[in-house]
Amino acid sequence: MSQGSMAQTASSAVDYNMDVVRWGALATVFWGVVGFMAGDFIAWQLAFPALNFDFEYMNFGRLRPLHTSAVIFAFGGNALIATSFYVVQRTCRARLFGGKALPAFVFWGYQLFIVLAAVGYVMGVTQGREYAEPEWFVDLWLTVVWVCYLAIFVGTLLKRQEPHIYVANWFYLAFIVTIAMLHLGNNLAVPVSFMGTKSYSLFSGVQDALTQWWYGHNAVGFFLTAGFLGMMYYFIPKRAERPVYSYRLSIIHFWALIFLYIWAGPHHLHYTALPDWAQTLGMTFSIMLWMPSWGGMINGLMTLSGAWDKLRTDPVLRFMVAAVGFYGMSTFEGPVMSIKSVNGLSHYTDWTIGHVHSGALGWVAFITFGAIYFLIPVLWNRERLYSMRLVAHHFWLGTIGIVLYITSMWVSGIMQGLMWRAHDQLGFLQYSFIETVEAMHPYYIIRATGGTLFLLGAFVMVWNVYKTIRGDVRREAPIGVSAPAAVQ
Amino acid sequence: MLLKKHHFLEKNVFFLILGIFLTIIIGGIVEIVPLFTMEQTIEKVDGVRPYTPLEQAGRNIYIREGCYNCHSQMIRPFRDEVERYGHYSLAAESMYDHPFQWGSKRTGPDLARVGGKYSNAWHVAHLDDPRSVVPESIMPGYPFLAKKELKFEDAAEHLKTLRMVGVPYTDEQVADAVADLHLQATADEDYDDFLARYPNAATGDFDGNPDKLTEMDALIAYLQILGRMVDFTTYNPSLNLR
Repeated sequence: MSQGSMAQTASSAVDYNMDVVRWGALATVFWGVVGFMAGDFIAWQLAFPALNFDFEYMNFGRLRPLHTSAVIFAFGGNALIATSFYVVQRTCRARLFGGKALPAFVFWGYQLFIVLAAVGYVMGVTQGREYAEPEWFVDLWLTVVWVCYLAIFVGTLLKRQEPHIYVANWFYLAFIVTIAMLHLGNNLAVPVSFMGTKSYSLFSGVQDALTQWWYGHNAVGFFLTAGFLGMMYYFIPKRAERPVYSYRLSIIHFWALIFLYIWAGPHHLHYTALPDWAQTLGMTFSIMLWMPSWGGMINGLMTLSGAWDKLRTDPVLRFMVAAVGFYGMSTFEGPVMSIKSVNGLSHYTDWTIGHVHSGALGWVAFITFGAIYFLIPVLWNRERLYSMRLVAHHFWLGTIGIVLYITSMWVSGIMQGLMWRAHDQLGFLQYSFIETVEAMHPYYIIRATGGTLFLLGAFVMVWNVYKTIRGDVRREAPIGVSAPAAVQ
Repeated sequence: MLLKKHHFLEKNVFFLILGIFLTIIIGGIVEIVPLFTMEQTIEKVDGVRPYTPLEQAGRNIYIREGCYNCHSQMIRPFRDEVERYGHYSLAAESMYDHPFQWGSKRTGPDLARVGGKYSNAWHVAHLDDPRSVVPESIMPGYPFLAKKELKFEDAAEHLKTLRMVGVPYTDEQVADAVADLHLQATADEDYDDFLARYPNAATGDFDGNPDKLTEMDALIAYLQILGRMVDFTTYNPSLNLR
């Protein structure tokens, strides 16, 4: 055990706390599979409503928050906690602050938060705010856990033996601090009784709407972006064995990104009863956000300079680079969709769902898979992964799944938006609402099929992780070696 | 050069945190605080009132079942939306909604003005088995709502809590909360006092089962008031021009 918690590099004398990172890596894989399964199941429900079974604990309305929370907070959250604890120790050359107990409390406290939230959704205990569904008592618990998480992270930074705080840690820190602010701001509520689960939000109507999307969009901006950029800034240079492309670019895009993201919330409320000035402000900042987003993408991709050939032989690095590519794509699509006239078409349709998933599956999940494949052999002191070929299979299953998902949602979303606003020659609405629902059916099947492929890829990962931890090594020819040397 | 000074932040954790905090707090302050201070944010309209206890109970069921995942309650000022759903939504219409339920996705149609569009019997049949009335529907069935007795005997506590967060329930409304809950869902009663407290409320036995006050009663009572508080035959938007 003590050997396991020792650092990899023989030169380092620091006794890193790797137990909590190991638990976090396993929890990431576990909750990932749970979240993908829930998502694919509700995708099939939309194609075949009989799958709701008229059973209250399994209807779409209760399972959809289960899916979103499982992938964002359980899968993504564990990935962030595990990697941030790994990265902050390695880049500070310091053991995690708080001894053995505090990190363990954060890990297990966070799992308790997930279980309380998930059980609540199935039982119908919800605040009815997207991505902030947990009720007041679960929110209070998360607050306690989060403060301890911040204390551990900051405490470790204070103990560092490196003069500088590495760029990945700026992003992790911004993620932890901002999520704390958003969580507190958006969950202000008064419980009906201290023995009951129900509460009523402090704000109502239009103010409540903007508070919610100030939170909601920055759950994307800080949970799913800033945190994962931290991951990118450590694992891509590490895996590619190249330094970060531009230090100056990382400074500029870091501060620009965290400043601009906060303003973007109102683009979720275009043409609603939110005042126009707020909508326009939200749109303007959303478009500006394109630049720092691509700053991050450029910094990630250009780190590969001189190491591009590794993409051919290393599917783990391929996962990370494809993730940055998807990040660039969805952070271009986002500003486009935030333009009011585009949003007039896309809002309320599946286009939004497709956009979210190109970010969530392509960026968040892929960079996480890359980090997991990097970490598992390191954390369990294995020479290498059980099989690199299986990583490549996972990559292609996932990629084809994502492509099916986002292309079908583009078609169905744009088609639905156009059908809603179509008028016939006499000036009447051309389609009834239910005709637009009927038209979605084939695309819902394609989307759910894409989700199934993505899920299959995750099962391949589970097998590979399991075999690697067991210490098995699959006998296989290295990737790319037997291929012709000069392809071009 | 400012970039050279960045070394300072990279070596001082607390100044880095302070810098991050100051950077992320600005956007929210500029966008959200004025919504509370500018009077024009919510237009002045007649008719918007707090929900009856039964409607509020139904609203809580609407939230519990996650209806907002597929139904919006926010009609945008577009020709097709106004023709399909009715007058575009006003901020005032959701001013007593804790939390707001504008939604972000229309897998099903907008419900901001569904009140009065369908009969109670249609809603009962539709919620029990959506495909019995709309064969192409992909909505889940909710047959259990008609079987479950409504548990809202602490209605007065709920109204008091809502009053704490700004809904102007009167003492009379709080005192009569449980009585009003039952009265609204009972057929052929004297509703005069009740309707004076809650104008435009739909009354009667919503689910067709007079023996029991069910969750179906509450949900339909809520659906039937949606969009019916403001009288748009007399509403004049030019009075709110700004």
